[in-house]
Amino acid sequence: MRAAIVGIGIHKFGRTPELSGLQQGAYAARRALEDAGLTWRDMQFGYGGSYSAGNADALGNELGLTGMPFTNVLNGCATGGSALLAACRDIQSGAADLGIVVGFDKHDRGAFNASPAEYGLGEWYGEVGMMVTTQFFAMKLQRYMHEYNISVDTLARVAEKAYRNGALNPEAWRRTPLSLEEIKSSQVVNDPLTKYMFCSPAEGGVALVLCREDRARRYTNKPVFVSAAAMRTRLAGAFEVYGPTVALQKVANATELAARAAYEMAGLGPGDIQVAALQDTESGAEIMHMAENGFCAHGEQEILLREGETNITGRLPINTDGGCLANGEPIGASGLRQIHESVLQLRGAAGQRQVPRHPKTAYTHVYGAPGVSAVTILQK
Amino acid sequence: MSEKPSRAVDALLFDWPAREPALKAARCLECGALAFPVATSCRYCGAGKVTQEPLPRRGRLWAWTIQRFMPKPPYRTTETAATFTPYGLGYIELPGALCIESRLTENDPRKLHIGLEMELVIYPQWQEEDGTAVMNFAFGPIARLSESHP
Repeated sequence: MRAAIVGIGIHKFGRTPELSGLQQGAYAARRALEDAGLTWRDMQFGYGGSYSAGNADALGNELGLTGMPFTNVLNGCATGGSALLAACRDIQSGAADLGIVVGFDKHDRGAFNASPAEYGLGEWYGEVGMMVTTQFFAMKLQRYMHEYNISVDTLARVAEKAYRNGALNPEAWRRTPLSLEEIKSSQVVNDPLTKYMFCSPAEGGVALVLCREDRARRYTNKPVFVSAAAMRTRLAGAFEVYGPTVALQKVANATELAARAAYEMAGLGPGDIQVAALQDTESGAEIMHMAENGFCAHGEQEILLREGETNITGRLPINTDGGCLANGEPIGASGLRQIHESVLQLRGAAGQRQVPRHPKTAYTHVYGAPGVSAVTILQK
Repeated sequence: MSEKPSRAVDALLFDWPAREPALKAARCLECGALAFPVATSCRYCGAGKVTQEPLPRRGRLWAWTIQRFMPKPPYRTTETAATFTPYGLGYIELPGALCIESRLTENDPRKLHIGLEMELVIYPQWQEEDGTAVMNFAFGPIARLSESHP
């Protein structure tokens, strides 16, 4: 018995000064319930979270305190994925028939400033200036470009595609297309990455209503089934965020572990995926995640990007809603945004950015500090 | 060596003051895995018995970047966003040991490349109100060091 997604809702990403993060989550929840033709009182359980905008169970203050079991999830970039995973297990086990998953956030401007102690690190790590996520992505990318001959043009092409797709997405934050030259010549933030190759912390909310597979058609004529939801954390020695060391011998990272688990769970391989959302907190991340999730060989991205294979009209469209680059990153909502977009694509309801070949199978992937990844495989 | 009082930013990282300072790692007595900084248990196997050993002082640049915006706290600095000087950081491959994340003494990207030979340097990161210099570790290109210390 799989879980089915029968309702989706989103609050526009970006900056919404007049609403709290929680209110943006409540807005998304209302839209998702409306989409499924259900009410908050119909929900038998809830899972949700934010990183910076409070406990998700406070949604009850906005939507009604119904006594339902609502569990707050705090799992970095995998917050949405972990909430979805828990919801699927409630449904698969028969413990519940119908529930909601909500992710939202509202971050300050500028890079995140995490506390070393919260990650089990000494204060020195932050005091000397090494507790900055952008550094990790830049260093991992420098190494990757060196090993696999990835060019700066390829980095710029990822960002160019993101803003082009974002321009087609009314819920996106950055909706102005940028040229390769504008992206490459913008201010360098962490070499080799420029300003327009990075996403920014942002705000937004997403909600999903889920039910038992066999009851999905009560609520929608276009259900989307969760064929796999997997979450993994880091192994000792892997190259991960906030890692003071890396082993001399390559160790599989959290993304590779989660991807492998998800394919196994779904009984599918990368060749079966027709549209994908991959964590693109910077443009190099999307490139590295293409290979780590099995969609190409290391280094092949150079040709794939040049030939437009990851465009909406390409062989494997990636981040059709503009990804983190065009939507920004509200940590609690980001993973669920990918699922929201995948459901739209599988329903054939993605408007101007609809993948033309009627995709039947979609893939989502998040990755974040301190080495946690969540992957889902969705089918119609 | 300066006569002003100084201390290591964290006593677990390296002994200070020292004539030939070296970073300290923990070797697991159960599985033999090496970890930095020193911890009381092993992050590979979870065993609670480790012993300390010094890490090699020289290695090669394995990955790098330049930090071009001033990090928010807990970064310790007296600089402002306007006076901030970008700094290099990277991972140094220490032969037979592991790759270690470190500040670099070099912040010019034209002078950094993967494979560059690097050597450990102890430098003052900030000064406390009583004048104590707080010392951190960094790695710097070996050639440059020999030029400045003939």
